[in-house]
This record gives sequence, C-alpha cells and structure tokens, in this order.
Amino acid sequence: MNVECKYFGMIAEITGTASESLILNDASNIAQLDEQLKSKYHKLHFVSYQIAQNQQIADTHIELNEKDEIALLPPFGGG
Amino acid sequence: MRSPYYRLLEEDKTMRLTEAEENRYNRHLILDQIGREGQLKLKNAKILVVGAGGLGCPALQYLTAAGVGTLGIVDFDEVDLSNLHRQILFNHQDVGRNKASCAAEKLHLLNPEIELIPYPVKLEASNAKEIIANYDIVLDGSDNFATRYLVNDCCTALNKPMVYGAIYKFEGQVSVFNYNNGPTYRCLFPENDATAPNCSEVGVLGVLPGVIGLYQATEAIKIILDIGQVLSGRLLQMNLLTHETTQLSIQKRKQQTQTAHK
Repeated sequence: MNVECKYFGMIAEITGTASESLILNDASNIAQLDEQLKSKYHKLHFVSYQIAQNQQIADTHIELNEKDEIALLPPFGGG
Repeated sequence: MRSPYYRLLEEDKTMRLTEAEENRYNRHLILDQIGREGQLKLKNAKILVVGAGGLGCPALQYLTAAGVGTLGIVDFDEVDLSNLHRQILFNHQDVGRNKASCAAEKLHLLNPEIELIPYPVKLEASNAKEIIANYDIVLDGSDNFATRYLVNDCCTALNKPMVYGAIYKFEGQVSVFNYNNGPTYRCLFPENDATAPNCSEVGVLGVLPGVIGLYQATEAIKIILDIGQVLSGRLLQMNLLTHETTQLSIQKRKQQTQTAHK
C-alpha cells in the first residue's frame, strides 16, 4: 500500500523532506504506520506529534487506505 | 441562537456611536457585514490578549484600531532589544519597560475611544480564572506551553472561546478552540510537550508572528460579528516559504486522555 506523507515544523527537519510517498510494509492502521515511520526516522521517538489521515486528526486504530494523505503535525511554540 | 453581543445591544438600546466614532469606523460602517450594528458589537466586546509579544502586538494593534471596546493585556515581561524585530508596538526606548503597560500606552494613542486594561502580572493558576472571567474571548499569544494549557483549561471551565496562534521558524498554526462547545487545544494536543521549542531557542522570521497574530485578530472579530466561518474544529497550518496551507479537522474528544504519538 502507498500513502502520501506530509511533514510540518520540526518533523520535516527530522525527515529531511516536507513530503514523500511511503510504501507501507505491513502497516494497516495509524499506529502501525507510526511504528514504521519511527523505525525509518529514529528521532521521531523524541518528539511529540499528531497524525492526520486525509486532513483529519486520526486515532491510532483507524485503518489506512491506498493513497491516503497522511500528515504529521507537531505542536508549535508561541511568541 | 443569537450571540451574546445582541443581548448586550438589547439591554442598552440608547447606545450609539459618537460622531468621532462614526468617522473613525466609517470603512467598517459602510460594509454590509458590519455596519453600525456590527460596530456596536465590537464596542461592547471584551477581549483578553495573553502575551504582548510577537503574536499579541499585531493582534492588539488591529483590535484596537477596529474599536473593540475593552482590551485586556496580560504580560509580566519586559521589552528586550531582541523582541523588536517582531514586536512592532515597541521601540528601542521601551527596552526594560513592562510590555503590558507599555502596549496599553501605545494603543491608547492609536484609539483613545476604547478601554485598555494592562495586567503586568504572570498568568498563573491563582489569578487566571479571575482575570479571564471578565472577558468574552481570549486571544492566546503566550510564549510557553504551561501558559497555553492554563489558558485553554480556564477557557474550557469558563466557556470562553480561545483564539490560538503558534509559530515555528517560517510556519504557523491558527485555530479557535472551545467555540460553541467545539474542540479544545487538549483535543488536539492532550498533554504539555516540553520538547517543542519556542522562538527564542530556534529563531523565527520576524513577520511570521505578524501574519499569525493578524489571523487571530481576524478570527476574534469574526466571532464578535458572527460573520464568516470561524476556524473552530479546524487547524490552519501555513508555511510562509512555500505558501502551502493545509487545514486539518479536529474532533472533540469526550475524555481528553488521548496520548500524543511519542
């Protein structure tokens, strides 16, 4: 399965790109996708973020579909 | 359901704009979506701006100019030279002065028709509810997560909308939380995350908080006027380098115990 991933803020700095296509190995839900991303980008273990599926903040158990648009959103500071 | 601002107008039918206000707000008055009725809603509105920094300064300037009748300004901090590249209410002669008091003084020159209330104190659990209770809307321009969560939790407890803005280098986020029982900041980020840096640690393009602060001021004005689509249940994410904008929808969570991915 292929999904499109978008990264914001410090997440994009960790991944080195603002977006990429990702081929999922065995991942079929958000939690498994998160595990795959963390194994690809180890520094994701040390930052906080939420995951959106098709522009909606998603719970971990939500199933993934081909061509889903995934976004990793970290909290931003203020000023 | 009518907004509370209608109720205020009904309670004081004698309220009118002065001749000076008619002149000052003419470009609002000739808009169908605002007019005299809308301008009176602005005049009756009370907004608390938490933090007179990069987000708060531009928001305060436009809310003052727009004729929001009462503006509270909370900031215990003093103006620093490193603030001036983005906190454009202040100049080099203000370095060392309290931001809330200094901002109120500058804003009074911009619009002497409105009431400006500086709170030169740190917003804490001991005073937050008492201060916030006096206002209709809270615009969060705080520079730390502890204050943001405090503002969110007090707004939730007191049923006040919280207009949220946040920044990272060249990217910004805007949303309106706790509006008409909508999602709160904890529905998005349930727990305080100490790993997210602020601009004093990672830097920020000076105009970014200006852009985001004005989005916040716009949302606050829309709430008061009851016009347009308020960014409730949605988070607007933007990147000033690429002009890419994304809107993500946020669901209200009954029990805000969802944990962030970490």
